[in-house]
Amino acid sequence: MKAYAFDYVRATTLEDALALLERAGDGGKLIAGGQSLVPALNLRLLAPQLLIDIAHLAELRGISSDDTHIHLGAGTRHVELATSPLVGQTLPLLQMAIRHVAHAAIRNRGTLGGNLAHADPASELPACMIALEAVMLVLGPKGERQVPAGEFFKGLYETALEADEILVRISIPRSPAGTRCHFNELARRAGDYAMAGLAMVMQGQDSGDVQIRPVFFGIGDRPVLARHAALCLQQAENLIDGLEAAQQALALDLQPQDDLQADSDTRMQLAKVLLKRGLADLLAQGRG
Amino acid sequence: MTDPLSPLDRPNSYIGRTVPRPNLERLVEGRGTYVSDMTLPRMGHVVFVRSPYAHARILDIDTTAAKQCAGVIAVVTGAELAEQCSPWVGVLSHLKGLKSAPQHAMAIDRACWQGEAVCAVVAATRAQAEDAAEQVQVQYQELEPVTDMRTALEPHIPLIHPELGDNLAFERSLDAGEVDKAFAEADAVAEAEFVFGRHTGVTLEARAILADWNPGERRLTVYQGTQAPHMMQNIFAKHLALEEAQVRVVCKDVGGSFGIKVHVYADEMATAALSKRLKRPVKFVADRIESFVTDIHARDHVCKGRIAVKQDGTITAFAIDDLTGIGPYSMYPRTSAIEANQVVNLVGGPYQTRNYRARTRVVFQNKNVMCQYRAVGHPIACSVTEGLVDLAARAIGMDPLAIRTKNLILDDAYPTDSPSGLKFEALSHHASLAKLKQMMDYDGLRAEQKRLRQQGIYRGIGIASFIEVTNPSAAFYGVGGARISSQDGVSVRMDATGAIIVQTSLTEQGQGSEALTAQVVASALGVALDKVRVILGDTDNTPYGGGTWASRGAGIGGEAAWQAGKALRMNILKVAGTILQTVPETLDIDQGVVIDKETGRERIGLDEVARITYFRPDTLPADFQAELLVTRHYVPRQYPFAFTNGIQGSWLEVDTETGFITLLNHWCVEDCGTIINPQLVDEQIRGGVVQGLGAALFEHCRYDESGQLTNGTMADYLVPMASEMPDIEVGHVVSPTLESELGAKGAGEAGTAGAAAAVANAVNDALDPFDVTITEIPLTPSVVLKALNQRRS
Ligand SMILES: Cc1cc2nc3c(=O)[nH]c(=O)nc-3n(C[C@H](O)[C@H](O)[C@H](O)COP(=O)(O)OP(=O)(O)OC[C@H]3O[C@@H](n4cnc5c(N)ncnc54)[C@H](O)[C@@H]3O)c2cc1C
Repeated sequence: MKAYAFDYVRATTLEDALALLERAGDGGKLIAGGQSLVPALNLRLLAPQLLIDIAHLAELRGISSDDTHIHLGAGTRHVELATSPLVGQTLPLLQMAIRHVAHAAIRNRGTLGGNLAHADPASELPACMIALEAVMLVLGPKGERQVPAGEFFKGLYETALEADEILVRISIPRSPAGTRCHFNELARRAGDYAMAGLAMVMQGQDSGDVQIRPVFFGIGDRPVLARHAALCLQQAENLIDGLEAAQQALALDLQPQDDLQADSDTRMQLAKVLLKRGLADLLAQGRG
Repeated sequence: MTDPLSPLDRPNSYIGRTVPRPNLERLVEGRGTYVSDMTLPRMGHVVFVRSPYAHARILDIDTTAAKQCAGVIAVVTGAELAEQCSPWVGVLSHLKGLKSAPQHAMAIDRACWQGEAVCAVVAATRAQAEDAAEQVQVQYQELEPVTDMRTALEPHIPLIHPELGDNLAFERSLDAGEVDKAFAEADAVAEAEFVFGRHTGVTLEARAILADWNPGERRLTVYQGTQAPHMMQNIFAKHLALEEAQVRVVCKDVGGSFGIKVHVYADEMATAALSKRLKRPVKFVADRIESFVTDIHARDHVCKGRIAVKQDGTITAFAIDDLTGIGPYSMYPRTSAIEANQVVNLVGGPYQTRNYRARTRVVFQNKNVMCQYRAVGHPIACSVTEGLVDLAARAIGMDPLAIRTKNLILDDAYPTDSPSGLKFEALSHHASLAKLKQMMDYDGLRAEQKRLRQQGIYRGIGIASFIEVTNPSAAFYGVGGARISSQDGVSVRMDATGAIIVQTSLTEQGQGSEALTAQVVASALGVALDKVRVILGDTDNTPYGGGTWASRGAGIGGEAAWQAGKALRMNILKVAGTILQTVPETLDIDQGVVIDKETGRERIGLDEVARITYFRPDTLPADFQAELLVTRHYVPRQYPFAFTNGIQGSWLEVDTETGFITLLNHWCVEDCGTIINPQLVDEQIRGGVVQGLGAALFEHCRYDESGQLTNGTMADYLVPMASEMPDIEVGHVVSPTLESELGAKGAGEAGTAGAAAAVANAVNDALDPFDVTITEIPLTPSVVLKALNQRRS
């Protein structure tokens, strides 16, 4: 299929992009890497009148850090995240995850901002954002606002972004020393969206006073922080003692859906396996 | 005395050598000629409005708005196009009782599957045609669809074609030997229901056709990605009311076929008819969604199987009851009964037992049409047979290799035949098994398996022996009345510089027909490979012949090329003998130079022979006429099919908590007779194995109860990709057919035939400690987990 006819304009500045977006109203659509948008256009699922290209905007680029945060421009391409030494040092979870995002050709063009704005429930990166307690910097006609990752993902392909807003930057707090992280997903083929996945961050000791953030993806209509399961683990004397209760508690956290890949029971079963394996990995890191 | 030299032992023979394919550079330089890329002046693009329903009456088609759209050349309904194109019925007389209904290029008053074309929009660009197609207003009245083949024959189920009386397209039964007695006297009987997911052959280049009716010449030229240009020439002529001489089919490079492009597709017939109607070139290239809902599907079978075995491991009978749903029409002209027919023919085929009972039923349903895809019927037959053999082995506690060693037809038993009447000239089951055992280090793997099980790691070994139909004679289609040629023709000529030009009726789908033809001709003649140019894929410019299907290219077209090359060599030597005043029989050709056979002394170059032939015939005797163009044809006569055999092995790991399967290694030992180009054969095997592995683990056209395909994109229909593929090691045993001088049999489908069976057996072997048997493919994580959970609870 061929896309419906549309106009195309390459924005010169962020301000320009905002103005174009506002003027275009409902007919305007931002394009960054195009890796999710273009397939949707070619399937005629979307019919924007104007594509506003923001892939080249300097204001959206760059990976930087200060004392408290790592800042990732929304226009940062997957390949840049995967190869950045700063990301490697400070956000190992992200580099573990990015390997599972699509294929090299797609990672060369796809952007972090596009990925998060697209909000595919099976995507790896939104889950990482919640696990890492990222904050999204959003710019709109009414100015800037900050949205915590936990409030950003609203549902299937739905985010807190308004149609006239642009995701500019993602800021992630630096993790304290000794933070452990784990990433795993079950996908039928390398590069596919996951049938079920888990991004998990842990601070503290194996026994007592531990903070753990297991975030599941590919299981519901958005990534989910499994609070009940986390609580079971945190309250157990030893993390591992809390596993069974935590697995049971997943029933409170997750509403797995049926789809072509798996039914909801299978998904719940996979989530439990992921939690068990993830915990084993975190504990092994503590010993290692 | 040493062995006498075979005719293939020529000086500097290319037979048996891996040489680069002559077309490689053209393709990697991006200079291939794919129909998808072609444009002609005044060309229109056709887009089809397709039925969104599996079964619906077409009440009205309003084309007014569509005709007003920008760029639109014509909007044509099925009823209108029927003026240009007559309908067809996909039956063959040797498939007794096979019935089907007339199928039109586009549905006229009833759409019978989701995706059937009901209206055509031709516009200046594909995008404009798509825009206009959205404006075509079709009023449908939904009809109850028949989607479940298991209930399609029940009395309360509506009839898809009431005039046929029922939904049964074809039925065949076979009863050989003493089946009841064998089961009664068996020490153990095992049975299972084998379920196969409907899938398709996903070609990199979608189906593509560019039809150009030239009213000035009164000729139709069709550029088409097809496997069988001469067959298509006949079909276009027949249904567009033309003489065959008025139709030229040109088939240059094709981006993969796998049997998908050997059939007559309604939308391609419509494209040709539109060109005739509009008197201008019209092009159709299926997009990926159209491919999924209209490219033939295959292998939608449910097959119940039983096996009888003695305690000593002797298999005493096979019995199967197969059911398959083929969509609403039998495909034209090869029919949709061949696959089921092959299942009946092939089950039990590698084994000695003479007791075999089979039934197959082929039913209509409101889903996309099914027909022949690479290894037609073999994967079903092989999975059922080999699944049953493993079940029998388990029932009596015997090793899977041991039970096969006990029961496979012995290598010195040939010629022989099968209970279903297949004739085997020479197979090598035992030599192949021995080779496989050694290649995979069977005993080592068994030890590793045992050791790992103690650590909770579940790995399995799967074995699958198979036979394969290749080099089909007229017995396949011709005897049933189809104008599908089973013979091939090859012309070879020497030009005025001594270069060689070959025209063959084989076609190139990427498998290496050009390469093998060049190698055979260069060897037969005695010239360097780069002196040989091969022309194919053009009904105006090649001898008449079959093309690409049923693993026939090397064995049939290759033999014709060999014979043509030999004949031209004799003719060249006659000229040389006349020039040199010696007896031609004392001469030979080596590296483009005529030599003395005995001494190897160089006598005269081919360029010089050519110069004299073409420019100084006055210097040759008046009663001598040189003939430097010869044509030879070949078709097997003695055996209806040249059966080949092989055996595959799979080594994999099952994650029993997640149901995920990791393929660790795969082996295939096959016997295709003479190997012309080892690399091409190995890659055919590997590619075939990968398609079989796709079927085993991933590929599945999933329909819901209303007949909607739910996964018609590359995101949802999973094809096998490199990351999940194991190393595939290929081994060979060589038993040439003595029917031809070349001795080549087919290799293109062997990989696909047995790969899924090997994987399924390996999964069940891995899950042996859980006492779980799964006889369903694709083996998705859900399927595996469900089976394990059932056991656990
Ligand atoms: C074959 C294939 C496999 C894939 N597999 C995976 C996978 O396994 N995991 C995964 O996570 N992803 C996968 N993807 C998607 C890929 O990661 C995309 O790159 C990503 O989802 C979108 O990024 P993009 O820059 O290409 O966005 P685009 O396609 O350009 O845009 C996507 C959406 O985001 C909006 N948008 C873009 N940038 C902004 C912004 N700064 N502010 C507001 N809105 C914005 C656009 O308007 C559009 O609606 C896959 C894609 C393909 C084609």
